[in-house]
Amino acid sequence: MANIICITCPKGCHLTVDEETLEVRGNSCERGVEYGRNELTHPVRMITSTVKLSGGRLRRLPVKTSQPIPKGMMEEVVRALDDVTVTSPVRVGDVVIENVCGTGADIIATREL
Amino acid sequence: MHTIYDVIVVGGGPAGLAAAEAAYNEGAKKILILERDTTLGGILNQCIHNGFGLHYFKEELTGPEYAGRFIDLVAKTEVEVWTDTMVLDITPEKEIHVVNGDKGYQVLSAKSIVLCMGCRERTRGAISIPGARPAGVFTAGAAQRYVNIEGYQVGRRVVILGSGDIGLIMARRMTLEGAKVLACVEVMPYSGGLTRNIVQCLNDFDIPLYLSHTVTKIEGDGRVERVTVQEVDANRNPIPGTEMIFDCDTLLLSVGLIPENELTRAAGIEIDRRTNGPKVYENMETSMEGVFAAGNVVHVHDLVDYVTAEAQKAGASAARHALQGTPEADKHITVKNGNAVTYTVPSTIRMENIGKNAEILFRVNRVCGQSEIRVMSGDTRIAGFKRDHMAPGEMEKITLPRVLLDRAGEELTISVEEA
Amino acid sequence: MYDVAVIGCGIIGANVANLLSRYDLSLAVLEKENDVSMGTTRANSAIIHAGYDPEPGTEMARLNVRGNELTRQQCEAYQVSYKQIGSLVCAFDEADEKTVEKLYRNGVENGVPGVKILSAEEVREMEPNLSQEVRCALWAPSAGIVAPWELCFALAEAAVKNGAEIHLNTAVTGIEKNEDSYTLHTNQGDFQAKVVINAAGVEADTVTGLIAAPGFETAPNKGEYYLMDKSQGTLVNHVIFQCPNKDGKGVLVSPTVHGNLIVGPNAAACERGDVATSAEGLAFVRNAAVKSVPTLAFRDNIRNFAGVRANSNRSDFVIEETLPGLITLGAIKSPGLSSAPAIAEDAVKLVENTLTLTEKESYVNRREVTIFRKLSPEGKAEAVKNNPLYGRIICRCETITEGEIVDALHGVLPPHTIDGVKRRCNAGMGRCQGGFCGPRVHEIIARELGMDPKDVLKDKEGSVIIIGETKGGAL
Repeated sequence: MANIICITCPKGCHLTVDEETLEVRGNSCERGVEYGRNELTHPVRMITSTVKLSGGRLRRLPVKTSQPIPKGMMEEVVRALDDVTVTSPVRVGDVVIENVCGTGADIIATREL
Repeated sequence: MHTIYDVIVVGGGPAGLAAAEAAYNEGAKKILILERDTTLGGILNQCIHNGFGLHYFKEELTGPEYAGRFIDLVAKTEVEVWTDTMVLDITPEKEIHVVNGDKGYQVLSAKSIVLCMGCRERTRGAISIPGARPAGVFTAGAAQRYVNIEGYQVGRRVVILGSGDIGLIMARRMTLEGAKVLACVEVMPYSGGLTRNIVQCLNDFDIPLYLSHTVTKIEGDGRVERVTVQEVDANRNPIPGTEMIFDCDTLLLSVGLIPENELTRAAGIEIDRRTNGPKVYENMETSMEGVFAAGNVVHVHDLVDYVTAEAQKAGASAARHALQGTPEADKHITVKNGNAVTYTVPSTIRMENIGKNAEILFRVNRVCGQSEIRVMSGDTRIAGFKRDHMAPGEMEKITLPRVLLDRAGEELTISVEEA
Repeated sequence: MYDVAVIGCGIIGANVANLLSRYDLSLAVLEKENDVSMGTTRANSAIIHAGYDPEPGTEMARLNVRGNELTRQQCEAYQVSYKQIGSLVCAFDEADEKTVEKLYRNGVENGVPGVKILSAEEVREMEPNLSQEVRCALWAPSAGIVAPWELCFALAEAAVKNGAEIHLNTAVTGIEKNEDSYTLHTNQGDFQAKVVINAAGVEADTVTGLIAAPGFETAPNKGEYYLMDKSQGTLVNHVIFQCPNKDGKGVLVSPTVHGNLIVGPNAAACERGDVATSAEGLAFVRNAAVKSVPTLAFRDNIRNFAGVRANSNRSDFVIEETLPGLITLGAIKSPGLSSAPAIAEDAVKLVENTLTLTEKESYVNRREVTIFRKLSPEGKAEAVKNNPLYGRIICRCETITEGEIVDALHGVLPPHTIDGVKRRCNAGMGRCQGGFCGPRVHEIIARELGMDPKDVLKDKEGSVIIIGETKGGAL
């Protein structure tokens, strides 16, 4: 059994999900079932971080993944940002890394600098 | 003779931006935003994580993106913006003394003023943590600025005191930057942060959360070397024998926010001891006629979306005041907090001034399961609202139709009764 | 070879250096820390006592009363924050009433101006928030409040302008006597001087002990404090003391020159250099303070700190020529701050046993400094016009401008640390305790002094703030 806290709403139900049957318990609504199953089978997370910026007012540019990436790849994706330097000017939404670590997500700028 | 502005907005963070834009849309012509920083956007610029805008934009934005949307909106208007400008004084005549490197020391006048100065973090002193005073004790926000804006790492082994959202966010941020976050320590028996942040910032990285614990000693000569964590009893006093020692070089503090109202106080505007912000009426006007306030300067919000909504209300009210004045109101209803409620905003409703509804925002002082929010006027029950779950970390809102308020006397009490 | 070497640059060393720098002589000040004002001077009650506490006839009595007057003059000349607000010693019971009478007689005998015993009604008239239990109080109008670190810095800075050298990070590890001079061994090499003045504070016994029996032993004693938000700063209008006891002057409640409220200290024997606060010590302070002012709101605290008193096994200050040309200024406990300029006068007289002193034709004995927040609106406008950096507010809580910080960084005794800027300019002293301005000040120090931001410290050696760069390195 996996213990998962549902984050679909602020209530934060403590779910238990059976690894084999994917049966969810502890939920108080149907959304909890879906969340519990997803979180067990293919959990995903957004990554937000910074990359180096040259020629700008600041030395770092905030970035994010264009879509959630597999939770297990968080570390790898964050480390991939270490080697990147972007040159100012940058606009919100500019792609910094395409298809980062083969996740299908791009790294995009989140601030105009 | 200097220009008289219709509306001057003090602060160019999320509240100030939304207030200025709303004032413009309401028809005010001469609008000025005064911002002390070099850029607009306020604290959102360093909140590079996502989760902003779900209510307002129906999508998940990062802090800089959310700020950027409003900066762009304001740029499309004729709102004037002075950055690097500090307001030193606000007088009852609605004169604003400002200083700016290029523009010098100036006295500006406005028909309406909107206060949007935001809030600041409580510090080590506010909770009197005993011990040495080495480097390495940061408020979470100061650390966030170093890491996200300046690009510096502030620690390798980190303990976080307080489970407010900024602390939780920094736990993840420091971890992803290569630091080891040893523990998050919370003096209350529940977390002050959003569940989503507990899960994605602590649980994802196996960072333990110690509820009903606090830091009771800081040691270190030049830099923090270790902290002592102890369990606390129901009165929040440390329990002897429960000491845990963490070898760490950094202690981050996320122990609450305080509305920043030094200008407000100095201007003689009445402060609500419940919120540490100005007392406001239904349209966000303060005790000083023509001076409005919105956002974290009034009360600390959980979501920026609500700051935006409140600031839009204040900005529109400020514009109407500048153009038409505020109508005289005969009937004042004082809003009080009852059982399990820590404060209410507004603190007074002027019946002549509301449209179809009046909104009341408040927070509860403990985690409540299934419960009813009761609105009483004396012994008369005006309204009731059911909730499945409420927590101190989340702001609650109720909307009272005018027809119900017509039945109220001079006082309303908001209380929460658990089922 | 220097004519005089002063060891230690706290308020005593700074006063001595300041006075000596007016004479035609070569002068070195050796300070073991990375800035001046790093010991007792930066962590104390910040009171300029009137002088009724010391027993009549003691050095402390004479020097306190004289020092009180001199300090007032100094603060005016050097634009140092000072307010003569007067003090009240409150009696809560019969024994206290006797103490108050005794202190009154001391005051009269010591030559303290204007001392007077006030009735409970008179006291409450002056201090409406004081406890109803107060029976009477000793009023001493000449007591004042000051920013000791600011005064120490201003005096040291003037000394440098008059030609004194201040060597920071220079710890004296040995002293040797030569025929008509001394050699001081330090971690920065040897210094030779005809006269040595030991103003090493808590370590004064150790330093003299490097060459001679000091004749006293420091008994370090810690005092812990609360510094409260300005919202509490007007709770009392004068320095409120309780009756002194064997441990010292007891817990006081007082406004500070910056508009805050200071509450403390307790008194506890401690190790030298131990400035950690403790839960017990702070609890003691809270409990004692509410006896004077029951409505104190400790939730409005912004900072706790502790300082070490240089108490000793002797009852009076030690101001002696231990060996010919070796002057010891030790056991400078309370009222040391209040007595400091008078102690320096005595020290200079002792120097004259060895050296003939000739006053310079001209010397600096005042301070020209722009303190933005203290200017009139017209003055502010003028300041910004002349230098736009005065139009950039860095510390929001205390209204400290970039111009003031840059001035300090390019002064003759510049700070290198965040706390060094704080002590000189007041940035970070306020309610957010540097939460907002700390990173800004950090950036300005690095920029103006050409330092790597990673090398900018918070305070003393080892107080590293930044441990590295994110994203694997600098740009």
